[in-house]
Amino acid sequence: MSCEISIDKFEGPLDLLLHLIRKEEMDIYEIEIAQITRQYLDFIDAMQSLNLDIAGEYLVMAATLLQIKSRMLLPVHEEEILEEEELDPRAELIRRLLEYQRYKDAALTFASLPQLDRDIFLATPLVADVNEEEGPELEPVSLYALVEAFRDLLKKAPKDFVHEVTAEHLSVTERIQTILNRLQERPQLPFSDLLPMPLVRSEVVVLFLAMLELVKMSLIKIYQNQRCNEIWLSPAVVEADGLSAISEDSFGYA
Amino acid sequence: MDTREVKAIIEALLFAAETPLKSEKICEILCLERGMIATLLRELVQESESAGHGFLLCNVAEGYQYRSRPEYAEWIRRLGHHRPFRFSRAALETLVIIAYRQPVTRAEIEYLRGVESGAVVKTLMEKRLVKILGKKEIAGRPMIYGTTRDFLEFFGLRDLSGLPTLRDFSELAPDALEGMLPLADEDSSAAPIETTE
Repeated sequence: MSCEISIDKFEGPLDLLLHLIRKEEMDIYEIEIAQITRQYLDFIDAMQSLNLDIAGEYLVMAATLLQIKSRMLLPVHEEEILEEEELDPRAELIRRLLEYQRYKDAALTFASLPQLDRDIFLATPLVADVNEEEGPELEPVSLYALVEAFRDLLKKAPKDFVHEVTAEHLSVTERIQTILNRLQERPQLPFSDLLPMPLVRSEVVVLFLAMLELVKMSLIKIYQNQRCNEIWLSPAVVEADGLSAISEDSFGYA
Repeated sequence: MDTREVKAIIEALLFAAETPLKSEKICEILCLERGMIATLLRELVQESESAGHGFLLCNVAEGYQYRSRPEYAEWIRRLGHHRPFRFSRAALETLVIIAYRQPVTRAEIEYLRGVESGAVVKTLMEKRLVKILGKKEIAGRPMIYGTTRDFLEFFGLRDLSGLPTLRDFSELAPDALEGMLPLADEDSSAAPIETTE
């Protein structure tokens, strides 16, 4: 009869076990491991006979069940009792099952919470042009957000399909100068404004490196508006003459 | 400026803001003290509840925002402008575990769920409900995950302390927990989260 159960119905071995225990009306603290293991293995056999892939985790759980069963068969030595708090080999499994049930329950609660764009809706304002003077609301960016923004940019830049390989000299120093010059014109600058249109992959990379170098040298600060992932550059207060010392080689990008 | 006018200005700010507006921000704009703003916001929330309009002022994601009343969802859906997320059970379970256990590593999620969860976590990240908080200072320095502000906005939660209380189980729950979530359609169970066309 357990063959009627489809594996899709379960979110994993813990879910399946919960189902089996409940079906047998067992007390969770007194799981009859032998019986449950048999049913569990029957279930897996049934799935295999239907040529369905059994995910590895189902097999791991089968092994765990068998291990618990065998530990329950072994006599317990007295010194082990002193060493191990847990006498019942089933204890960890029981804890996991109850814990899993908590989250399963909470998932149900969440499913019924009002959700945005399903039950609750917002007035969706047009994405307003960012006020040049004030700039958008900025927050400090985390490394991961920065990497994500970079990836987004790379996605937009078409991959270059080049047959003839020509040595193209892309100078980070030059881009650093460009960025600094642009920042003298405007106190805040979105990274995308620096990019040539249409986007060129290598340009994006070199500009990004130049930006990171500037941050490293504490010449600029970068911020990000979380929502649209734009990176904003603004100058850091620093004396400008440190720049003359920069040479291409010092970055090691040559 | 009398109180009525201040209130009207706050309403205007809330109306025009794209994201939930924090009371600190309102204080900053109006140059008024926090206590007063807090009181006025509270009044505005109460008024919107009793006014019987089609929208409510809600306290979400540590800010305030006008939102449509849930009971009118069906009508707004007929506008056809919105594409709701469809959560699979796997996605919702994983999201819930991350929400309650954050900061949490993938290994911890997988131990709790008993199944591999990398793909689900990735989908949740793409939907901006989950983010990487950093790395855990243990062997292998695994990533640790947590929920985002979008998560709070999505479920209309004030902050993380506003998460529904986890029920404690000392025994198996009745059969009510068995089976599918009410919203997960049979046909959408394959993909973690889908956006309906």
